[in-house]
Amino acid sequence: MADPVYIADCGAVRSVPLDGLTVVYHVSSGMTHIVAPPAPEILDALGAGPADAAELLRRLGARFAFEGGEVIHARLNELEAAGLVRRA
Amino acid sequence: MRHQFDVQIGAVGFRIGSAWPGPLDALADLYRGYPAPEGGIADFTVRLEPEKPWRRFLRPSVAIRGDYVLPDAAPLPLALGLLAAEMGMNLQMALGQKNWLLLHAASVEKDGRALILTGESGAGKSTLAALLGERGWRLMGDEFALLDLESGMLLPFPRAVSLKNKAIAVMEAEAEAARFGPRLAGTPKGDIRHLRPNREAVERMGEGARPALILFPRFGAEAAVRAVGQAETFMRLTQASTNYVALGEPGFTALTRLVRAVPALAIDYPDTATALGLVEDFRQELAA
Repeated sequence: MADPVYIADCGAVRSVPLDGLTVVYHVSSGMTHIVAPPAPEILDALGAGPADAAELLRRLGARFAFEGGEVIHARLNELEAAGLVRRA
Repeated sequence: MRHQFDVQIGAVGFRIGSAWPGPLDALADLYRGYPAPEGGIADFTVRLEPEKPWRRFLRPSVAIRGDYVLPDAAPLPLALGLLAAEMGMNLQMALGQKNWLLLHAASVEKDGRALILTGESGAGKSTLAALLGERGWRLMGDEFALLDLESGMLLPFPRAVSLKNKAIAVMEAEAEAARFGPRLAGTPKGDIRHLRPNREAVERMGEGARPALILFPRFGAEAAVRAVGQAETFMRLTQASTNYVALGEPGFTALTRLVRAVPALAIDYPDTATALGLVEDFRQELAA
């Protein structure tokens, strides 16, 4: 089975960094989320367009020293459960 | 409604209607010196009515009604009609306010800088604010702090301070007797006595102030001060707000702007003298 491709509705999200964390307001649901790295970076990377985990790792790796091969699936699942990303 | 009392508190006008004159007489006494709503138009209406028509005469109890109603807004004995009116005013603010981000917090101002005191019920914020209001600070409010969504200014809401249990004696030693309402014994929160804010607080009720410090006081522990991070402050203030969710994005914008601009401290204090000393230290640091 092919790896799922994820989409973030970046136009409907407002992020504000607060110390080391980020608060994210999701306009569509009216919900506020407090997220820790690398969740904000994943949302940001998805802003460049839909991507599967491998493509996301490539985008993140180009900007950060990111070694999150296993972590990324867990974070994507959490972001999906929160309604901040969805599968294409 | 047979009886009616109108009052302006800060930027909010109230009309309180009642089936009985008693609660309104007590309210008019408590809010002596406050203006009536501008143009005679109230923002919120509170109605104190008998639970059932015949209860107006027979063991009367007060039910709170208004523009916004909670199903469990409890009936109270008529003797607690003043409390019912105050609760009704709080309820209308908490449920109906759309113009400002409403924080369940006390606030005081000095030299144009506002302190926001928030925390669990019983943390002592109301008493601390009332004390500061008699010791050179301007009391902006003991129950609700109104954050203007556009300007980020804090607006006063100087309703009568609701003193509970031990705080009553503390304030009786500070303020003149004429400013107190009747002692209400045996309420769901114990004994309550209302205190009218002093003349300065009432006269300057239209004057906002820039937030300078957020305090999370906690009474009863050894004196301690801890810086609270922005994310924790944000989370605690969303919990302290009665209308954050209802406001949507403007509320998010106003609250993130506040916590990024204003430092926050958690203070533990064993007695009010310690807390007052800490606040004075903070004031000097802010002024430096």
